[in-house]
Amino acid sequence: MAAIVRYNLLTKPQIVAALPASLHVQRFQSTQAPPPGTPPPQTKTKFGPLADEDRIFTNLYGRHDWRLKGAMKRGDWYKTKEIVLKGADWIVNEIKTSGLRGRGGAGFPSGMKWSFMNKPGDGRPKYLVVNADEGEPGTCKDREIMRHDPHKLVEGCLIAGRAMGAQAAYIYIRGEFYNEASNMQLAIAEAYQAGLIGKNACGTGYDFDVFMHRGAGAYICGEETALIESLEGKQGKPRLKPPFPADVGVFGCPTTVTNVETVAVAPSICRRGGVWFASFGRTRNSGTKLFNISGHVNRPCTVEEEMSIPLKELIERHCGGVTGGWDNLLGVIPGGSSTPIIPKNVCDDVIMDFDGLIAAQTSLGTAAIIVMDKSTDVIKAIARLISFYKHESCGQCTPCREGIGWMNKIMTRFVKGDAQPAEIDMLWEISKQIEGHTICALGDGAAWPVQGLIRHFRPEIEKRMQLHAKRASN
Amino acid sequence: MIRAPLVKALGALGSPTHQMASRAVRTSAMVAQTPAKAPEKIEVFVDDIPVQVAPGTTVLQAAAQIGVEIPRFCYHERLAVAGNCRMCLVEVEKSPKPVAACAMPVMKGWRIKTNSDLTRKAREGVMEFLLMNHPLDCPICDQGGECDLQDQAMAFGSDRSRFTDINYTGKRAVEDKDIGPLVKTIMTRCIHCTRCVRFASEIAGVDDLGTTGRGNDMQIGTYVEKLFLTELSGNVIDLCPVGALTNKPYSFVARPWEIRKVSSIDVLDAVGSNIVVSTRTNEVLRILPRENEDVNEEWLADKSRFACDGLKRQRLVAPMVRMPNGELQAVEWEGALIAVAKAVKAAGGQIAGISGQLADLEAQVALKDLLNRLGSEVVATEQGFIAGGTDNRANYLLNSTIAGLEEADAVLLVGTNPRYEAPLVNTRLRKAYVHNELQIASIGPKIDLSYDHENLGADAALVKDVCSGAHAFSKVLEGAKKPAIIIGADLLERADGAAIHATVAEYCKKLKKPNWNPFNVLQTNAAQVGALDVGYKAGAQTAVKAQPKVLFLLNADAAKVTREQLPKDCFVVYIGSHGDNGASIADAVLPGAAYTEKQAIYVNTEGRPQQTLPGVSPPGMAREDWKILRALSEVVGKPLPYDNLDELRNRVEDVAPHLTRLGHLEPAGDAGAAGAISKSIGGGPIDLKLKELRDYFMTDAISRASPTMAKCISAVNKQQRENEAKQSVAI
Amino acid sequence: MLLLSRSIRAIHLAAVFRSGAQMDATKMRKTLKFEFSKDNQRRVKALLAWYPKAEWKGALLPLLDIAQRQQGWLSISAVQAVAETIKIDPMEAFEAAQFYTMFFMKPRGKYVVSVCTSTPCKLRGGDEIFEACKKALNLEHGQTTPDMQFTLKEDYCMGACVNAPVLAVNDDMYEDLDEKSLASILADLRNDKLPPAGPRNGRCASEPKGGLTTLKSEPPPPGYMMQKLPDPKTKKCQ
Repeated sequence: MAAIVRYNLLTKPQIVAALPASLHVQRFQSTQAPPPGTPPPQTKTKFGPLADEDRIFTNLYGRHDWRLKGAMKRGDWYKTKEIVLKGADWIVNEIKTSGLRGRGGAGFPSGMKWSFMNKPGDGRPKYLVVNADEGEPGTCKDREIMRHDPHKLVEGCLIAGRAMGAQAAYIYIRGEFYNEASNMQLAIAEAYQAGLIGKNACGTGYDFDVFMHRGAGAYICGEETALIESLEGKQGKPRLKPPFPADVGVFGCPTTVTNVETVAVAPSICRRGGVWFASFGRTRNSGTKLFNISGHVNRPCTVEEEMSIPLKELIERHCGGVTGGWDNLLGVIPGGSSTPIIPKNVCDDVIMDFDGLIAAQTSLGTAAIIVMDKSTDVIKAIARLISFYKHESCGQCTPCREGIGWMNKIMTRFVKGDAQPAEIDMLWEISKQIEGHTICALGDGAAWPVQGLIRHFRPEIEKRMQLHAKRASN
Repeated sequence: MIRAPLVKALGALGSPTHQMASRAVRTSAMVAQTPAKAPEKIEVFVDDIPVQVAPGTTVLQAAAQIGVEIPRFCYHERLAVAGNCRMCLVEVEKSPKPVAACAMPVMKGWRIKTNSDLTRKAREGVMEFLLMNHPLDCPICDQGGECDLQDQAMAFGSDRSRFTDINYTGKRAVEDKDIGPLVKTIMTRCIHCTRCVRFASEIAGVDDLGTTGRGNDMQIGTYVEKLFLTELSGNVIDLCPVGALTNKPYSFVARPWEIRKVSSIDVLDAVGSNIVVSTRTNEVLRILPRENEDVNEEWLADKSRFACDGLKRQRLVAPMVRMPNGELQAVEWEGALIAVAKAVKAAGGQIAGISGQLADLEAQVALKDLLNRLGSEVVATEQGFIAGGTDNRANYLLNSTIAGLEEADAVLLVGTNPRYEAPLVNTRLRKAYVHNELQIASIGPKIDLSYDHENLGADAALVKDVCSGAHAFSKVLEGAKKPAIIIGADLLERADGAAIHATVAEYCKKLKKPNWNPFNVLQTNAAQVGALDVGYKAGAQTAVKAQPKVLFLLNADAAKVTREQLPKDCFVVYIGSHGDNGASIADAVLPGAAYTEKQAIYVNTEGRPQQTLPGVSPPGMAREDWKILRALSEVVGKPLPYDNLDELRNRVEDVAPHLTRLGHLEPAGDAGAAGAISKSIGGGPIDLKLKELRDYFMTDAISRASPTMAKCISAVNKQQRENEAKQSVAI
Repeated sequence: MLLLSRSIRAIHLAAVFRSGAQMDATKMRKTLKFEFSKDNQRRVKALLAWYPKAEWKGALLPLLDIAQRQQGWLSISAVQAVAETIKIDPMEAFEAAQFYTMFFMKPRGKYVVSVCTSTPCKLRGGDEIFEACKKALNLEHGQTTPDMQFTLKEDYCMGACVNAPVLAVNDDMYEDLDEKSLASILADLRNDKLPPAGPRNGRCASEPKGGLTTLKSEPPPPGYMMQKLPDPKTKKCQ
């Protein structure tokens, strides 16, 4: 779910308030030095592979000890006190400099998002909520962080929490991740015991709590306001915005909801500097990123790579290539189930970052790449996703509740070919009737895969209909 | 209790949620009282027409200001904004996607387009989705003809369906729920707007309704097949924009275009709810609420709505006279009037009259005039009140006014259960509780008021404690901006009622604020205030004490007078509509008209006179009550000086001029009765007549005759039996 | 972890009623009472401390989970008990219990076998695994064996897509399955033995099979590439 939170969900006032301000500054200071928090310009033209020493998640595969002792050996919790003592502005500035964009799918600049919390307080406590409700088909990056590098997340909570002036962090983890939650819980307990969090965290005088909250099986709870509702003990039904969580979030207090990966990379950025992080990837697409490559590749895996790495290189280098060779590729869903599929000819030279994929009429999402080779029944593959969205729709608002059910019915028939060619256009229109008309982005997330399918695989659908008609007439 | 804890928690902060939620619930009456220093208005454009609105106004409200109506299903101005139907999507220039008009506050300079291509396409899309799983069974749907979905599909929908899957998998079907004897459910028609759920939790204060399941399988339901039992359940029928929740007793009875609608007043409690009586071929078919911000907003209590079938049962349709064998026998009007006149003449002025719960003001005035002409001054109301307290109107009125109570911030209830005595006063208290941080305490038995309150105890002596300023709650009352004390009318019938009344009245003088009278009596009888206003004494025993030879019972059915208390040869004349307690002890029965059959004034508990209008004519030989008295006066030889309603109203104006200014409220002064303070409060526990829901349904001749009300009581009893069987529930 | 002894009792009780021709609901209501066990009462207390006092209802999901672990499934009386513990209306707890897929409002098997058939798993044989499970357990989606040992579910994404196909048994995930490894897992479960979780094709976690492409060297030591943090004498916060 996290993957499909988009810009357009962002607070209009926030965009109005935040974006023009920075643009304004840039315009008038273009001849002078850029303001603090501006990522340095990128001079590289080739991206990836990443050197091992530049990888943040050094225990991604769980080959080392994930407990506190092992984590400290790998550099976690190193000089955290000093970082926290630098204060909120310094941390936010460092994150801004790094050019880090939210890793949950929407890709909103994290430094700016965190700075929304630094408005003068009104006495209400502030909360950081970490979105670990990872459940979008294709996406399994946060799971690796939580089970193998939980201390990165705990430390990240403290640093991000400090940047926002939050008094506590709630890590909302999906209920199915029971063992991951136990690791997290143990790591939190260790950190408490070592005085790294809790009262006087790391000896900084800053009080900060970290709590775990397990979900109970609802993909929609990855949407930030649904997550907040769920955290408050209600059905996970997204709230209307405004008011935005930064004004009224969990328990009625200002809240920022961020993805696990975003929080977990924050300590490394603060230690090595925002400039270091910004040196990876193209401008506005900075940093390193966890990629999940699943489906028809020889060796599916999760890997941390540099942003802007070409898709083909990513698959060939780390996954042993597409099964049956690159030419056997049918298409790729590049960012988790809600992003539109792209066919092979687009895959050939698409670049894996926010801008590169938008140019290919799709989206980076959570960078969960689902590879399909030519043996795939692509209609069925997309139909399966739609039935997933139907199952996970909360049922609150009309277009999503009724529309996805309808799309699912049509897609089920398309799989068999039991439909008229005119219904393809109708399906397209229905998906457009859902997109942008719902309370949250789940409706959009369900519409896009269908649109991607029709955009690139229309002949395939028509062929199946003809086949079915022929079989029926015989 | 309420589902918006945020709203309460953030009360002081004035967050957008809070403002939005309160705005949704607040009535336009409240909106009208904009504070003096209005915040600076912002300009927006609706379809290129500039509109000046207050900051925080939603797109939908801004459009409404210039008369542009945006279609909606889930939005309701008295409920919290849900924003889930998406019907109100409109285009805002420079916004990439349409916004939900009901929830989106306008920003300066916004250009809202309510009729652009994007807007129309969005509406059409939502409408198509809503109709996709809707059964479209309009020909057999009771909502047909007054259905929001029907109307809006005509206005904003597409002209054909593209739902080809009807030929494959068909539409969704949902099992109907049994939620009680009043509301019929056809859940397949539900469009999931959740208005009913929000009404139940926000207004009625019962969390019985909710949504179960999710996605396409989401359903509205109750907690484990529980019944939806509350005194306000009928309102969900009005709120439901489709035919999913309909009026069970009215099902398959009539189409809206066949019925005649008459604006009238409800008399089954003392609130004076404004109603619309729907009739066809001289039969009352159903009763709906009519909007009146000062009285009932747009709600109606279940008894007022559903007891109308009692108007067709147990009716007196012919005059009757008791024969020597002790049986009542139907006679012609002439014979009945002569028989009564004979007894009256023989009584030689030893005559008394008792006016009951449902008597109208005109008949009360006529009865009093008649008795005065016959040399008697003994006219009394059936319900008691403190002796000597009826001179001052403020003594028996709800002086804070019904609408005023929602501004109260501290309320003490003494011997009253507003939830069942006056449900629509209770909704105001609940509204104040939810949105105004109202603190409520009660003296009396422990009851469920649908909101949190502190029960101080049942002992009447507590009244003295609180009013002396010694009690902890006194501090709350004294510190409040708008405190109120509400005394139950029944409580004042007690021996120490006068002392309680005087103590509270004295204390209220201390509590009062400019333009705010904290002293309130919550009446339960629609006829009480009017009768006291025109000079009736309080209490049936006043009449009994006179030991009259002839006793007139004007709609008096509460069985406060028994045959044994009266002289053996006393001739009892009953004038009224139903064969109930009054008629059973009468020697002559003169059939009167019920409130739906006459034009008559009733004065509600806050002292507001309002009139009913006849929807149907009285059954059989029944006649309007004042006309019966007028005819009788002719036969007795002391004709009353009015021959039509206008002349009678002129007479009413002579007696009580404020009662003919219909709909207007005449403020009364401070409460207080001379000499009463000398007595002391006796103490002892305070009891209530209407403690729980089952007590609510049958409180007068009409509701006692209603089969629907009987079904309600048995449903409540059944539910209770089941609950007891469950104790700790399972499965 | 699981209080199995207790849940077994509940399951057996439920089994008795299921096997009967008619499930006498009233009887069941009387027999099934729910109260948090001593251990769980302690857990509940500790959990509630994580939420602000006025917002105890936030603990609804974790509490329902504890109740379900104690009882084996989530009966209405358990929902009611949870609602009473955190002082909310039972309808709200009921709504939530119906909304989330991990709550079982009907008695379920001791082992809930959920097979992922979402697209990434489907591409790598999730459907076949599900078919094999159906055949082996003789169950359809959502059904439970008469002996209350197995409940089979066709599920959507478990969040382990690079280890597809995936199957979950209660809290544990079994990854990189094929028919052979599936058979051995089911055989273990039939013998009431919970096999160790994890990939079944020799992988440790989500690394590429047959040799790392990254993270081959030892992780760098603490402070590696640490930037200079000037002004070490910053005052303590607040």
